[in-house]
Amino acid sequence: MKTDTHALQPASGEHAEHHAHGSRQSYLIGFGLSVILTAIPFWLVMTGVLDKQVTGLAITVLAAVQIVVHMVYFLHMNTRSESGWTMMALIFTIIMVVIGLTGTLWVMHHLNVNMMPGHDMSTMP
Amino acid sequence: MTLAVVPPQNSEPVFYVVDEHEHPEGASTMLGFWIYLMSDCLIFAMLFATFGVLGGNYAAGPAPKDLFDLPLVAVNTSMLLLSSITYGFAMLAMEKSRVGAMQAWLVITGLFGLAFISIELFEFAHMIHEGATPQRSAFLSSFFTLVGTHGLHVTFGLVWLVTLMVQVARYGLIEANRRRLMCLSMFWHFLDVVWIGVFTFVYLMGMLR
Repeated sequence: MKTDTHALQPASGEHAEHHAHGSRQSYLIGFGLSVILTAIPFWLVMTGVLDKQVTGLAITVLAAVQIVVHMVYFLHMNTRSESGWTMMALIFTIIMVVIGLTGTLWVMHHLNVNMMPGHDMSTMP
Repeated sequence: MTLAVVPPQNSEPVFYVVDEHEHPEGASTMLGFWIYLMSDCLIFAMLFATFGVLGGNYAAGPAPKDLFDLPLVAVNTSMLLLSSITYGFAMLAMEKSRVGAMQAWLVITGLFGLAFISIELFEFAHMIHEGATPQRSAFLSSFFTLVGTHGLHVTFGLVWLVTLMVQVARYGLIEANRRRLMCLSMFWHFLDVVWIGVFTFVYLMGMLR
């Protein structure tokens, strides 16, 4: 069924609408948000108004938000383009990245901590 | 194809396609390029993981606080962000088939990209001059690998940009060139997304250590 409708549509218009470029307004909104979301973390770190842990958490959250802003306003991510396959590829990649990053950091951090020179093995159970 | 059972005439409607339909040229390019970008994303994720593991191992060498100049990084970030929006304007001009305006925006994009690379190379040269070479410590090895890979991507993006400008100048905004420009658009915006991770987790987090 799906292939039928695909074949019946005119070839030219179909793929053009999948890759909409957004409008001047959407680019400017994305740019404005990005400027704000870039300026705040730089300001936080350069002035040091908050303590280090809170600053670290804040800039991580702001980076995540800015990545989403870029994805939506600049890369025009949505669930409809290419019948949702770009979103599927993105979700798969995010899963791989999360597994890779957390796994690496978790394992290697503990390896690093436990293999420090001078670590007294006799204290281990 | 002929193996499909062809129902008798005037019977139930056919719910499948007997012959594969025509794919317009380049119909799958955008999805394919997106999947390439996702694989590139995995490369960067692993380089980030490496930096996350090794980023604190200074080997009694210079630490981020001794090396990084945040105002310079802020200028660099703004260069890349500006190049992203000017590329967006180039795409809008392309949609309206205004070749002159599009080429002008692409030139501006290229200049911002060139400024970004120049500032980054200046920073690297400054660090190496101070003895903070990639061989100095695990922190610097992973730093140069991660930031250098990003810079290399931007450099190749610039080469691609110039190539496409020549292509458009010679052949005009034909369908193939539009497709190529859209691929580069995705590549360019993707590099800006990666840079968000770089300035947050390498530079800003480095200053917090």
